[in-house]
Amino acid sequence: MPLVPLLAIGLMLGPVAAGLWGTVLPAFGQMRVIGEFESPLEPFRILFNWAGLPKAVTLSITTGIGATAISLMIVSLLMAGWSGTRQFRLIERMLSPLLSVPHAAAAFGFAFLVAPSGWLSRMISPVLTGWDRPPDVLIVQDPAGLAMMLGLIIKEVPFLLLMSIAALSQSQAQSSITIAQALGYGRVTGWLKTVFPRVYHQIRLPVYVVLAYSMSVVDVALILGPNTPASLSVQIVKWMSDPDLQMRAVAAAGALIQLALVIGALAFWRITEIIAAYLGQRWITAGGRGKCDSIIGVFALFSAFVAALAIILGLLILTIWSFAGFWGFPEALPDQLTFRNWARHGPGAWQAFGETALIASVVSGIALLLSIGCLEAEHRHNVQFTRRTVWLIYLPLLVPQTAFLPGIQSLMLGIGAETGRLPVMIAHLVFVFPYVFLSLSDPYRAWDIRYATVASALGATPNRILFRIRLPMLLRPVLTAVAVGMAVSVGQYLPTLLIGGGRIETLTTEAVALASGADRRAIGVFGLMQTGAALLPFALVLIVPNILWRQRRGLRHG
Amino acid sequence: MKHLAVLAALLAPVSALADVNPTDWDEVVAQASGQTVYWNAWGGSTTTNEFIAWVGERVAAEYGVTLEHVKLTDTADAVTRVISEKQAGQDDDGAIDMIWINGANFAAMKEADLLFGPYAEELPNWALVDTEGKTVQTDFTVPVEGYESPWAMAQVVFVHNTATMPDPLGSMQALQEWAQANPGRFSYPQPPDFLGTTFLKQVLVDILDDPSVLAAPATDETYAQVTAPLWAYLDALTPNLWREGKAYPATGTAMFPLITDGEIDLSISFSPGAASTAIANFELPDTVRTFVLDKGTIGNASFVAIPYNSGSKEGAMVVANFLMSPEAQARAQDPAILGYGTVLNMAALSEQERAVFDNLELGIATLSPAELGQVQDEPHPSWMTRIADDWVARYGVAQ
Repeated sequence: MPLVPLLAIGLMLGPVAAGLWGTVLPAFGQMRVIGEFESPLEPFRILFNWAGLPKAVTLSITTGIGATAISLMIVSLLMAGWSGTRQFRLIERMLSPLLSVPHAAAAFGFAFLVAPSGWLSRMISPVLTGWDRPPDVLIVQDPAGLAMMLGLIIKEVPFLLLMSIAALSQSQAQSSITIAQALGYGRVTGWLKTVFPRVYHQIRLPVYVVLAYSMSVVDVALILGPNTPASLSVQIVKWMSDPDLQMRAVAAAGALIQLALVIGALAFWRITEIIAAYLGQRWITAGGRGKCDSIIGVFALFSAFVAALAIILGLLILTIWSFAGFWGFPEALPDQLTFRNWARHGPGAWQAFGETALIASVVSGIALLLSIGCLEAEHRHNVQFTRRTVWLIYLPLLVPQTAFLPGIQSLMLGIGAETGRLPVMIAHLVFVFPYVFLSLSDPYRAWDIRYATVASALGATPNRILFRIRLPMLLRPVLTAVAVGMAVSVGQYLPTLLIGGGRIETLTTEAVALASGADRRAIGVFGLMQTGAALLPFALVLIVPNILWRQRRGLRHG
Repeated sequence: MKHLAVLAALLAPVSALADVNPTDWDEVVAQASGQTVYWNAWGGSTTTNEFIAWVGERVAAEYGVTLEHVKLTDTADAVTRVISEKQAGQDDDGAIDMIWINGANFAAMKEADLLFGPYAEELPNWALVDTEGKTVQTDFTVPVEGYESPWAMAQVVFVHNTATMPDPLGSMQALQEWAQANPGRFSYPQPPDFLGTTFLKQVLVDILDDPSVLAAPATDETYAQVTAPLWAYLDALTPNLWREGKAYPATGTAMFPLITDGEIDLSISFSPGAASTAIANFELPDTVRTFVLDKGTIGNASFVAIPYNSGSKEGAMVVANFLMSPEAQARAQDPAILGYGTVLNMAALSEQERAVFDNLELGIATLSPAELGQVQDEPHPSWMTRIADDWVARYGVAQ
């Protein structure tokens, strides 16, 4: 077997396997240093005695499945109703760069927007509402986790949309939809019946990742999620840092529950897919041409527009707070604008920006090389990453970070590895590589192999085919993959904190550290800088192909 | 993996194992030069962060020590880190050289032999510390014994917005009655947050006829009986809290924006000068003032401790000593900077040094030392741990 795929799998699975080992042992009371337990199931007994467990588990399930299903629905209907239109390109231009907005920054912006004292409330108070104080209602951190679910949706819609657009270029959608419409199908119905099955096939793994991520997210849950009790992953992090060592065993038990929940939800999703496919087949063969297509289309466009607007206004409110002097309620704008907040926090933010950018660039670059190496090896040596082996690569995205990161940490300490930038990069790679591989693999595989056959027949070597034909044709997916990788790296909190021993200060660790203090001005500064760190690569994804291929229309169409 | 750890320990440089002697101060200062000290301290307060950055500049200029502030969301993270390093056998040059530590975390680390010391009373500036009037030799009733050195005094004050709540309250009972008349206008940080549990202790200390029972460790017999009035109090208070107690602010500073927005009128703080500082930074309206209860409020000292496996113990001691210097203490007490109480004995200072303290403008919302009144003792940490756990079970998951 060629070297690169082995290396990649080793880099992914080594840390996860070690980390999981370090989770399973204490969960069953088998880690001496964490203390003696009367029976191996003692940690689970303590866990099940925690009164918050049913709620925490329910939260994990409802927010995870809810956020995933709603995001997928919005994206699918949006593409069904509008792909190829002017409105769609507008939404695409609005949403694509928003993928780069880190979850933490988007969540902060969302909270500053919709809280009872948030910007929306300020804009209509007191004129429309009569409020001279914010209403005492629980919007952010509501016990049902609705704010958290919405905060996830506004971030997952751009992610799934970008993945779908990348998949669409491999789906010959335009011809299908033209034929469907010629046969009298409505736009939405025709697209769902002919194109959606092909697109979904390509974005299935991103959807699973969204599901697993949404179920176990920590930073968004800390900012928007409830606290009485918190979601399971947040509670696991809290137990992990409890001075009482035995709580780490309880945390490990909780981590295994979280893992089981994620696996269960993925199984549930898979079964739903099969049922949906069966029903969908009957729906397709029934031959209905679609009745409410235009209403559904307008609804989808509106939802996507609101999602985009929520992030954009969120960034705007972060900007305003970063320049705000005193700002009481219900004033729509601060009493005065000042540079003092930037003078106070700017130097620290720039330092963290440099660290963040360095780590993100190196990690994404390595992840891209590994991904191309794997995919090219698969192509040349006919080593198939079957669906089953590919699951291994996605393991870091399906296992809650809290479950195996402390295990990685112990491993590093065990071999005497210093905490610092390099280990943080390796830890980031565990999370960044799957995303890069994930976003690149489907377009890469769906590339029409006959180009290679023709080039080969003309005497081109495999390397020449790779560099002169395949990669140039796949420029947009390649750049998208790098940008996704950088955004993922920029947003990493737990790996940076745990593996960096707190010595590596990225914009995300700084911003999350500020979150507990709720200094909205400092959060504004760091949230904006964090967003900026991830914005540039995505701008390039949109710009570079259009510049490089301005004379080649076929390559430009994503 | 165990073998690797042993191997790593064997390969560690011998010099790192050499004993550090706090009594030979000249040698400490000489060794400190060129060292980098990673100070793990809560990073949620921008004013504290700026003060630590200033300390870094000063010790770099004076002693050649590089100070790096590792910003924590929770001090327990640093404790966890040291514990995992000990488990992995990393007994020198650990990631943490100094921790801003308090109470339960100190008790846990001291008991587990995770701290370097005793060193605090060997530091030259210890001679200036007010060991009589301030609780610097016990931390939550646990004897310090030189394993941590004090750098600031804290005392509970209540922060109120006089524009909407003109009159201070004299007791916790008065607070209960006020909350009944003004539902939704008060909150406290969610335990086990430090300030949140402090609020619970403050309730207990104020409503008990004889709080001296809290000085002894909690036992199964005393606990239920002593804390019963606390739970009755909280059962009555919770429905009248902000958001009816379905959500709580994460920390003390997270309550500042709630006051500014008019969501609440009253909150608490463990730093008598924090309100004045926040007013200067636009984080609170200038109508905010502070008050203490008639019987006084809980107070304690903030400490720094050095983990047993720090590779820069000399540097950390130099920083700890600098923190107790009149220069640093006066700066920390300046409300425009930090507004923390000093640990120093004014009588031990030179006239010139004392003048710096006397000339400080305390700020419009800061009480004078006389107004701060009686400082009440912290209960034994066993109370805090059990009360925090019980609180989580009763109010933290029930909504």
